[in-house]
Amino acid sequence: MRELRYREALREALAEEMERDPGVFLMGEEVGYYQGAYKVTEGLLERFGARRVIDTPIAEEGFAGIGIGAAMAGLRPVIEFMTMNFSAVAFDQILNHAAKIRQMSGGQFKCPIVFRGPNGAARQTGAQHSQCFEAFYTHIPGLKVVAPATPADAKGLLKAAIRDDNPVLVLEDERLYGVKGEVPDGDFVVPLGVSALRREGDEATVVTWGKMLPVTLAACEELAKEGVACDVIDLRSLRPLDLGPVLRSVAKTGRALVVQESWPFGGVGAEVVDRIQREAFDALRGPVLRVTGRDAPMPYNKHLEDLTIPSADTVARGVRALLAW
Amino acid sequence: MADAHDELISLHRQMLLIRRFEEAAARAYSQGKVGGFLHLYIGQEASAVGALATLGAGDSVVGTYRDHGLALARGVTARACMAELYGKVTGCSKGLGGSMHFFDAEKRMLGGDGIVGGHVPVAAGVAFASKYRGERDVTLCFLGEGAVSIGGFHEALSLAALWSLPLIVIVENNEYSMGTPLSRTLSVHDTSEKAHGYGIARDRFHAHDVLEVKRRVGEAVARARETSRPTLIEVQTYRYRGHSMSDPGKYRTADEIEAAKKTDAIAGAELALRAAGLGDAFFAEVERSVDAEVDDAVRFADESAEPGEELIEALTYA
Repeated sequence: MRELRYREALREALAEEMERDPGVFLMGEEVGYYQGAYKVTEGLLERFGARRVIDTPIAEEGFAGIGIGAAMAGLRPVIEFMTMNFSAVAFDQILNHAAKIRQMSGGQFKCPIVFRGPNGAARQTGAQHSQCFEAFYTHIPGLKVVAPATPADAKGLLKAAIRDDNPVLVLEDERLYGVKGEVPDGDFVVPLGVSALRREGDEATVVTWGKMLPVTLAACEELAKEGVACDVIDLRSLRPLDLGPVLRSVAKTGRALVVQESWPFGGVGAEVVDRIQREAFDALRGPVLRVTGRDAPMPYNKHLEDLTIPSADTVARGVRALLAW
Repeated sequence: MADAHDELISLHRQMLLIRRFEEAAARAYSQGKVGGFLHLYIGQEASAVGALATLGAGDSVVGTYRDHGLALARGVTARACMAELYGKVTGCSKGLGGSMHFFDAEKRMLGGDGIVGGHVPVAAGVAFASKYRGERDVTLCFLGEGAVSIGGFHEALSLAALWSLPLIVIVENNEYSMGTPLSRTLSVHDTSEKAHGYGIARDRFHAHDVLEVKRRVGEAVARARETSRPTLIEVQTYRYRGHSMSDPGKYRTADEIEAAKKTDAIAGAELALRAAGLGDAFFAEVERSVDAEVDDAVRFADESAEPGEELIEALTYA
């Protein structure tokens, strides 16, 4: 077991999978000579060469589509979006091509491709560069979506995503890239569609993913001092979604809160709430609540940005609201 | 010469098969046996048939929603194509794709794409894969002139040129982007001029003569195969039928359509073969065998089973 930063864990995953499979290649803006806009791909050009670490011009629709065609032809492309915000200009490729090829071809073609990049708010990057994309991509049958919150999961989920025969969106996080954590040695793979219990307690079930995990854990640390112990479940994989541990936890606690960075309307949190109320209805002592980002484009101002994204305080308030029901 | 003669016999039959197939498809549509959209290729057959005659088994083809002719020219059977139109499980996409989404992995027919211009980057990616693996295969990508205005076309050409991909992009200029003439969608008459912006080879010619289409596309295919350089080609052609079955055709005159038919490539091929000595008996036999193949395809489609409900989710993920 070693301690790695989240970005180093991602880099290890990329390097190991490129070593393992000559069909894996990396393509995106500034991934090569620049060493990656967020340094995830640092050193990979030197190690694997320009044939497999490919700098692209600013043409997301073009290179996302090239990745899809290459995947249909049997390669395993990893497409880096400098941020997931820029995936919006490649949305047609992801929605109408990557997600559809399998079904439209009657199962003859598959599309083993990874689209990865930082998702959600960085720091004061404003309305166009702070968006969460899980609601868009999890909505689409044919895609898989993961959101690793720890360095170990960053490595393990990315490796699983590259090996998967379907298009997988790997939602990373700019605020997590520098976070350190233990990463198991060797060929460490985290299967897609398996959530993780991160903290145990009997009072309430708190469900989250991505950068809201450390925020939620901080909130629950504070709540524990007040004698309120919570189960915290990190979904890790948003599609396929593994709610088994969530439902088992709710059977125990009778209370559930979903914490998401993204906007409140629809989305993954709403899906989780729907599943809990249908599948654990008898256990619930009150409504399932959500703590979400505010329903507005992200403001630039630091104070307003902090108010727009859930914090440990707002998460703790959410848990107290559950208990007060 | 004998080879060229035999080849023209083969290409003539392929073109006729596409035309008769689509005439049957239009009838089936009118009978309610084919649903959704049906975009006919009638009038444009020489483009697909001539172009695909240049390809080998390892090469790939990516097309638009006007894809029946491409699939048939690529050797997908009339049965599999008609069954797909009928939405049957025996169709080339198991009845899940429909008219716009013909696929055949074995024949390397990668769609059948319904998003205008969205398939051009995908085709570039197929060409990328060939180059990445060090193979000599090439990819042909077809689109209409209406797709020349959309971003995917330009990004794909830009990257194919930058990375020197073995891609041949064939713009089938049938003069109308749905109902809008080229003069109202583009600032140039010749879409191959777009190649200048990407520094790649270009060509432009009529699809009146299927052998000429084959020869000219063949030059681009050879360039892609030998030097891995892309080419943009405009094939000047004309569709006799509407954009789709629901097109009332009010944007052009019957005289214009009749004038276009004077350079019909199937009639042209027949004239050339007659000049080479073939007579009525030969063409009657070709008609008979094509009709029999189409009739058989219709019967097969009619009698085939519907895809089962179990396929709805089963084919969403690999």
